[in-house]
Amino acid sequence: MVTSQTQASLEEIAATVHDPEIPVLTIQDLGILRGVRREGDEVVVTITPTYSGCPAMDTIADDLRIAFQDAGYPGARVELTLSPAWTTDWMSQEGKDKLAAYGIAPPAPRREGDRLRLSLAVKCPRCHSLDTRELSHFGSTSCKALYQCNACHEPFDFFKAL
Amino acid sequence: MSAPHDDATAALHAQIEEDFSGYGDNVASATRVTPGHALRPEDIALQDAPPSEEIARYALWLGDDSLILAQRLSWWISRAPEMEEDIALGNVALDLLGHARSFLSYAAKAWGKTEDDLAYWREDTEFTSVHLVEQPNGGFGETIARQLFFGLYLELLYTRLERSADPTIAAISAKALKEVTYHVDHASQWVLRLGDGTAASHERMQHALDVMWPYVDELFIDEPLHEQLVADGVAVLPGSLRQDWLSRVTAVIEEATLALPSTKFAMTGGRRGLHTEHLGYLLAEMQVLARKHPGAQW
Repeated sequence: MVTSQTQASLEEIAATVHDPEIPVLTIQDLGILRGVRREGDEVVVTITPTYSGCPAMDTIADDLRIAFQDAGYPGARVELTLSPAWTTDWMSQEGKDKLAAYGIAPPAPRREGDRLRLSLAVKCPRCHSLDTRELSHFGSTSCKALYQCNACHEPFDFFKAL
Repeated sequence: MSAPHDDATAALHAQIEEDFSGYGDNVASATRVTPGHALRPEDIALQDAPPSEEIARYALWLGDDSLILAQRLSWWISRAPEMEEDIALGNVALDLLGHARSFLSYAAKAWGKTEDDLAYWREDTEFTSVHLVEQPNGGFGETIARQLFFGLYLELLYTRLERSADPTIAAISAKALKEVTYHVDHASQWVLRLGDGTAASHERMQHALDVMWPYVDELFIDEPLHEQLVADGVAVLPGSLRQDWLSRVTAVIEEATLALPSTKFAMTGGRRGLHTEHLGYLLAEMQVLARKHPGAQW
């Protein structure tokens, strides 16, 4: 029988794991932590990938196992779920605030079937100007695009809405 | 090493094994970059029930197309006309590799194999990819033309496969669709920019479309396997995508002030393992490390 106390602490343990490529975010902020449960003595964590080829997932799985091992739950199992597919709408408001403070423009909310989402104005995380332009559709990791601010001229990363 | 030392080493190894017993098998895949238990495709292999022989063959077709194109595109890293395009084409390749790994892991399960067995240890005649994806990159224009043609095809395909009766294929497709939509956007913008650019860029983009056009017909050929699986709601008849594809591709090409190519269609046979000479060279490069150093990890 899992008490709500235990459940809360298991979720707290999982939430200590950070994204290795965007270390300011925990996997909970990012919305890729989909659940933690106990099966007998075993802890099972479910996560979903941001992008199909995202190499950070391997590290995240390892970090989860280590976090649970350190907290006294050796042999935690990490499961992957592809469905429902991850969307940036699952990122918490706290996560979006952390991203902006870190210098990455957070994703805008997206609407289903909205093909024009890419043309929405992106706010510069540095000077908050909306006068920005896309330098490249793609960026340093799968989840980001490269922008530049026309006001302060600073280039910055934009977390793509997916 | 002396015998006592061996004992100590063995004890240490046993301790490490025990400490890391939750980390899973770390020798199954040569593609993983961390020493632990890799996630994603291996987990598909662990979690999902094995597909039927027919569904496995279909997943293999889907996976081979993405794998070969991923390998082709990754050549551009450090060679694209501008650094942003190095990054863009590398990102597209990474997405496609992710789709390929998922599809191949799923297919491999039916045959008691792994994704790596399928990627590294098959001969060219065992690959089932279409000819379009193995075509040489050519100039940047040719690569963009291929991205437009193949990306639009994948977008329409995955839009339908998202509702496949096979839950694993549906899940991989739903995930892939979001990424592929972005790839199409990237390719479309380049076709517009080059077609509607200078006289020289217009001419070269037109040539690129003409060069890749002969290989688009194969995308829409209905094979007996498709027909069999469509009855179960698992697959999509590629021929049923042709009209939508043509109108989408025509819209981009016309907006870019270019002309829809009229070059004739080439011979096909990729699904049956009949390939152009280009595939062998591509595989030689892709497979050499795994074959020269079986079980290598890094």
